[in-house]
Amino acid sequence: MITALLVMAGLALVLGATLGAASVLFKTQGDPLVDKIDAILPQTQCGQCGYPGCKPYATAIAGGDADINQCPPGGDEGVRKLADLLGREYKPLNAEHGVEKPKSVALIDEATCIGCTLCIQACPVDAIVGAAKQMHTIVGDLCTGCELCVPPCPADCIDMVPVTETVESWKWRYPVFELKVQPATLPAKEAA
Amino acid sequence: MLNKLFSFNGGVKPDPNKSASTREPIARLALPPQLVIPLHQHIGGTPRPLVTVGSTVLGGQRIGAPDGNVSSAVHAPTSGRVVAIEPRPMPHASGLSSPAVVIEPDGLDTAIERELFDWHAAAPGEIRDFLRDAGVVGLGGAVFPSHLKLNPGKSGHTDTLVINGAECEPFITCDDMLMRAEPGNILRGALIMQRMLAAKQVLVALEDNKPEAAAALKSAARALGHASLEVVVVPTRYPAGGAKQLIRVLTGIEVPHGSRSTDFGVQCFNVATALAVWRALEHGEPLTRRIVTVTGNVERPRNFDVAIGTPISHLFAAAGLKPDTDKLIMGGPMMGIPLPNIDAPVVKATNCLLASSPTLFAPPEPELPCIRCGECARACPADLQPFELYWHSRARNFGRAQEYKLFDCIECGCCAYVCPSHIPLVDYYRYAKSEIWARERDKDAADSARERFEFRNWRADREKEEKAAKLAARNAAKPAVKPADGAAPAADVAPSAGEDPKKALIEAAMARARAQKEAVAAKNTDALTPAQQAQIDAAEERRKRASELSGSDAPVK
Amino acid sequence: MYNSPYLRQNTSVRRVMVTVLVAMLPAIAMQVWLFGIGLLLQIAIASATALACEAAMLSLRRRPVARALGDGSALVTAWLIAVCLPPLLPWWMIVIGTSFAIIIGKHLYGGLGQNPFNPAMLAYCVLIISFPALMSQWPGLQGSDAATQLNWVLGGERALDAVTGATPLDALRTGLLGNADVSAVMQSPAFGHVAGAGWEWVALAWGAGGLLLLALRIITWHIPAAFLGAMALVSGVAWLIDPSHYASPAFHLLAGGTMLGAFFIATDPVSGATTPRGKLIFAAGIALIAWLIRAFGAYPDGIAFAVLLLNICVPLIDIKTQPPVFGHKVEPPDGGAR
Ligand code: SF4
Ligand code: SF4
Ligand code: SF4
Ligand code: SF4
Repeated sequence: MITALLVMAGLALVLGATLGAASVLFKTQGDPLVDKIDAILPQTQCGQCGYPGCKPYATAIAGGDADINQCPPGGDEGVRKLADLLGREYKPLNAEHGVEKPKSVALIDEATCIGCTLCIQACPVDAIVGAAKQMHTIVGDLCTGCELCVPPCPADCIDMVPVTETVESWKWRYPVFELKVQPATLPAKEAA
Repeated sequence: MLNKLFSFNGGVKPDPNKSASTREPIARLALPPQLVIPLHQHIGGTPRPLVTVGSTVLGGQRIGAPDGNVSSAVHAPTSGRVVAIEPRPMPHASGLSSPAVVIEPDGLDTAIERELFDWHAAAPGEIRDFLRDAGVVGLGGAVFPSHLKLNPGKSGHTDTLVINGAECEPFITCDDMLMRAEPGNILRGALIMQRMLAAKQVLVALEDNKPEAAAALKSAARALGHASLEVVVVPTRYPAGGAKQLIRVLTGIEVPHGSRSTDFGVQCFNVATALAVWRALEHGEPLTRRIVTVTGNVERPRNFDVAIGTPISHLFAAAGLKPDTDKLIMGGPMMGIPLPNIDAPVVKATNCLLASSPTLFAPPEPELPCIRCGECARACPADLQPFELYWHSRARNFGRAQEYKLFDCIECGCCAYVCPSHIPLVDYYRYAKSEIWARERDKDAADSARERFEFRNWRADREKEEKAAKLAARNAAKPAVKPADGAAPAADVAPSAGEDPKKALIEAAMARARAQKEAVAAKNTDALTPAQQAQIDAAEERRKRASELSGSDAPVK
Repeated sequence: MYNSPYLRQNTSVRRVMVTVLVAMLPAIAMQVWLFGIGLLLQIAIASATALACEAAMLSLRRRPVARALGDGSALVTAWLIAVCLPPLLPWWMIVIGTSFAIIIGKHLYGGLGQNPFNPAMLAYCVLIISFPALMSQWPGLQGSDAATQLNWVLGGERALDAVTGATPLDALRTGLLGNADVSAVMQSPAFGHVAGAGWEWVALAWGAGGLLLLALRIITWHIPAAFLGAMALVSGVAWLIDPSHYASPAFHLLAGGTMLGAFFIATDPVSGATTPRGKLIFAAGIALIAWLIRAFGAYPDGIAFAVLLLNICVPLIDIKTQPPVFGHKVEPPDGGAR
């Protein structure tokens, strides 16, 4: 009886020591959870989640202050990924924060732009180039489509244009095969 | 001399079906009423248009300038007038449009004066630039700019230059016919490439089902009498004409996905590319035409020598498309892509146009579950386990698919060819690959956005600090007027102080803009000569188009 | 919309399955010739059960019934069950075994291509665990007339002692337990030249059918070769060490289900390993375990258990034996094809 107790106590001691040593040895740097969450967020930096950017929202999620369904640009897929990462239940996007939209980029009507620089100050990712009293333009590749530049423009010259598919960005579809294959309809010209 | 051939695993032997289109010699096809020349026909940057709507062009004139070094020029195949520069449907599985120069030939076919180039005396770098400006790209289907590959790399030399005439895919015969027609010039082009690459040997390889072409090449090689040049006949087995498979057959070297064959001392070009190089350097002729096989469900299958930009419908009209055609394919039956639009133009990558009918290519039987029979793995020339790739692609488990080396798949179609369950395996790989690419694009965009956002925040903080520091310094400088009560309130004051004058400024700017508009309009309306009026109209028109173009360009990517 | 390749080899699951059925015919014919028509009856019962279960499960799972029934996979399972069970079993056992194989062994895992276990072997194991006595009665060579066989299969009264005996494997085990040595046991009438009387011919016919499958490229050489090789090796080593306690390799190769297992059971692609090296490991593992069960276990034949055990290991074997991909082979390219 006593030996058994001693063995158990010894085991507990050894295991505890190992665990303690491991936690010291393999101490993780920084807060990887915030970074992992941030990696899932779309980095649109639009603030629709109620935080001034994706990173603050990630920090809030990691700290348990925010729910996982507040990021409309990340959409349904984003919520699912967050749910996966955090082992939480999936829940639909919270409509209070907005709805998922197709990705757009801002376009300045260059004829109307008065060069006020307000949009430059609003843009979270420096996607707008221009100088005071000069025409401004948006670098389409850098624009995240956050719409933050739209309200400040006094001349109301910024439009959000949905991104269209190009030959380069076109994707092969998931193969779905109908049971009966219909002959493809060709242009009438071809019969000639 | 090459005394031993190697072999690659897998591969299949479909019926070659090549005889129909080799009965007649290559025919030069008359020009269509309109040529649509896409600016982006190759791997790399999109060329900038060099012409404007309404301008006249001459045959061989450059109409698109290469955008950087990883790009290639585009030329007008004939003389005529530019009637439009606008997005046009591409010969692409998507059927989407991309910018193209539309030329109406004037029928005179006046050629621009050719800049003759003394390549014998030129440095390799100059020859490369010349080839880039002559628009020479790989004509085997990958359309990779050739000048980039004609570089021996760090070592300064190459062991083997492979000239690929294997043309393993059924139905396609354009290289076969070209080798029969111009064997000498192909070899001369190969020798130029050999010089540029400092290659020890040149192997011109073709499959043993093209005896005529082999004979023509062999006698041309004898006539040239180069000891390092050899014509090699390899066994017919699809996909022996894949660059990696051919290199393996000839040299035993396996070039993995993602590395350049130059690093292994091998380089591979298509026969038509060799000819294009010769023509460009010897005659100053840019790449504006190519041979296209038109075959399948047509009355008169044959090879045509066509101007790039010719609508595909024009070729099918010449070959006589049969009425029961159910779809059009660019390329061969194993790797070809569906063409949703018959008016799309022939591009540099178009080697074959194949009309399909339900009797020629029966629609696939319904897909059954994979029975893991392993047929596909035995047929795969890349030594992959296609059913594992399929399994993970189908489950959208892209990470796992990549672990099974999805990107080593060359999409040759052997696996789907042999699959008893009729699974469209390659479609799953294409889907998975384009999904992965899209995700990578998204991820890159997100990373760059994150970085820029963080930089901006850092800059804002720094500016705030600087302002605070400055203010503090000023306050410290004139302590008599106002007691310095710390930087914090100063930092708070700064923005609110800046607010109002800014608003006023904006108001003023808007007022100025309004005034200016009115003034400009007023000034221009009186006392105009008709010539002035025309000029103004043209300018106005240009501006409108420019804004339209930029409008359609901005959201790209 | 469908995309390239537009060309397809003339092949189908149905073709593969029918070829397997054809390759089974020599052995079935041999068995019928030597032991009577009971087997045909068993095959008929198993086939009908399998098709009925398959149809029922497909319609329950809302899958196109006709298309999937036509692929022939249920028939292959049914025939394999029929030939691996002892002949002349009462019909209800065949029905239980087959329906277990199709419903639980196949469809509950997701149907064709999804089952981790070989359905036929699953059926065999269920039956041998549930009805060990009935599963150990094998008819002798002298046989019985067709009417008796029909009567038995249809569940009639069984005159056990008259025409049924133990299998050679069983006889061997009982003999060895009784301290006789191998050569003495082999004198019993249950044995023929090297293995079970008559059964050795059936085994050879299985081998012939297997060679047909190999020739038609339905299976690769890896599994049969590794299976038979490993079986010969382990039994040979044991036999060389102590011939009086361990039967010869020839006996093991031709006794019980060795040939059937090597060419028809272990080669089931769905539940087996798929990589070349994996197949070798998989098949050798089955042979080894089967021999261990034969030599030291309590069941007449160990192939079924061995197959199921190795089925469990398949994912691991496959992952550990992925062949090198083109261009990623570590060793520098050697001459010619591998
Ligand atoms: S809502 Fe906007 S700011 Fe918030 S996480 Fe999503 S993209 Fe980032
Ligand atoms: S340009 Fe406008 S929409 Fe685009 S990222 Fe900047 S603020 Fe957002
Ligand atoms: S050939 Fe088809 S059925 Fe066979 S393993 Fe490959 S994908 Fe599966
Ligand atoms: S398409 Fe890809 S996976 Fe299929 S055989 Fe070709 S290389 Fe292998």
